[in-house]
Amino acid sequence: MASTEFLAQYLPILIFIAIASVVAGAAVFLSLVVAKQKPDPEKLSAYECGFDAFDDARHKFDVRFYLVAILFIIFDLEVAFLFPWAVTLGKIGMFGFWSMVCFLGVLTVGFIYEWKKGALDWE
Amino acid sequence: MTPEFMDTYFWPLLFILGHIGAIIGCILLVMAYYTYAERKVLGAMQRRQGPMTVGPFGLLQPIADGIKLLSKETIIPSQASKVVFLIAPMLTFALALVAWAVIPIDAGLALADINVGILYLFAISSMGVYGIIMAGWASNSKYAFLGSMRSASQMVSYEVSMGLVIVTVLLCVGSLNLSDIITAYRPWWMQVLLLPMLFVFLISILAECNRAPFDLPEGESEITGGFMVEYSAMTFALFFLGEYTNMILMSAMTTVLFLGGWLPPFNIEALDFVPGFMWFVLKTFGVMFFFLWARATFPRYRYDQLMRLGWKIFLPFTLIWVLVVSGTLIYMDALPGQLE
Repeated sequence: MASTEFLAQYLPILIFIAIASVVAGAAVFLSLVVAKQKPDPEKLSAYECGFDAFDDARHKFDVRFYLVAILFIIFDLEVAFLFPWAVTLGKIGMFGFWSMVCFLGVLTVGFIYEWKKGALDWE
Repeated sequence: MTPEFMDTYFWPLLFILGHIGAIIGCILLVMAYYTYAERKVLGAMQRRQGPMTVGPFGLLQPIADGIKLLSKETIIPSQASKVVFLIAPMLTFALALVAWAVIPIDAGLALADINVGILYLFAISSMGVYGIIMAGWASNSKYAFLGSMRSASQMVSYEVSMGLVIVTVLLCVGSLNLSDIITAYRPWWMQVLLLPMLFVFLISILAECNRAPFDLPEGESEITGGFMVEYSAMTFALFFLGEYTNMILMSAMTTVLFLGGWLPPFNIEALDFVPGFMWFVLKTFGVMFFFLWARATFPRYRYDQLMRLGWKIFLPFTLIWVLVVSGTLIYMDALPGQLE
C-alpha cells in the first residue's frame, strides 16, 4: 500500500506531462490549420543570407564542443554523487566527509590536468 | 458509477486537472505580460515609452502578438528532418511547463510535493538542451547548427556550477523536498555563507536561459538568431514561450533556494497578514526584474569569455565553496541531522 501512495505522488506529474504535450501539439496544429500555407521552393530553402545553401549543414564542427560535453558528463556525475552526500552529511559524519574530500581531490587533479592541457581555452 | 468510485478516483482526478489548468493558465498569463514588461522596462531604461498603441498603455500588445504569430505561415524547410523539426519546439515548451508541477507557491500548495523536488527540477531543466540540439540538427541550416552547438555547450557549462550551488544549499537544509528547503531553519551566518552562491546562481541562470549578457546563441549580429533561425509562426512562438517560461521558472527556483519562498522577508511577524503566495510572487517578480535589468545594462559577452567564466571561475569557486560550507557546518555542529 505504501508503494502505491508513493507512486500516487507522481501521478499529477504524469498527467501534467500529458496535458503539456497536448497543449504544445495543439498550438502547432492550430496554427497549421488557421494560417494560410503557401509553400514555395525559395521560401523553403535553408537561410544563408540570400545565397543558395552551398552544401549540407551537417558537417565537421569544432572538437571543443565535444570536449565540453565530455567534461560536463564527468562533473554532472560528480554533482549527482554530491546530492545524496549533502543530504545525509549529518548522519555519515567525519568518515563521509573525508571520503568525499578524497573523491573531490582526485577529480580536481584531473581538472587541473585538463586546464593545463588547454581543454578549457577558446583562443 | 458508485459513490465510492467517485470519491476515490473521480474527484481527486478532477482536482488534479483543475490544479494543472490553473497552473498553465497563470504561467501563460504571467509569461505574456512578462514580454510586455520586458519591452516597457527596457523602454523606460532607455528613455522610451515602449509599446503604447494596442489598448491603453499598450496593454493588449501581448495578445496582438499572439494572434499575429498564430496566423502566420509555418515554414518547414525542404532540407529539414520534418518530424524532429516540429517536435523540438513542442518539447522545449512542454518541458518548461512540466517543471512547474513541483514548485510550492504557498505552504502545501504544490501540485506534487514529491520528496525529490529539487532533483526533479534539475533534471527537467537539464532536458531543455534536447529541444535546442534537436532544433539545430533538424533545421539543416548552418546558422541553426552553429547556434545550437553554442547554446548547448553554454547551458551545459553553467549547469555544472548550478548543480554545485544547489549542493551547498542542500548541505544547509538537508532535504531534497522544496517545501522543506523553504522552511528549514537558517541562522544568519548560514545566510552569509550562502550569499556568494546566490550571486553565482543569479549569473548562472542568465546563462542557462540564454539571456543577455549571455545571449550568444541568438547573437543577431553573428548568427542571425541561432537555432531558431528556420522557425516561424507557432513553432517559433513555442520556443519563445519556452524561453520566457524558463526565465520565470528559474526566478521561482531562486526564490525557493535562497529567498525563503512564501515566508515574509526576514521572518518579520508583523508581515504575516500578507498571504504567503503573495510573498512568493513578489520575490519571483523581483528576480524576473533582475533578468530585464541585466539585459538593459550589460553588453554581450564574447564566447571565450563566457566559457572562461563558467569553467575557470565558477566551477573551481563553487567546488571550493561546497567544501567551505560543509566544513563550517561540521565545525559549528549545525548539520541538519544534528541541529535538533
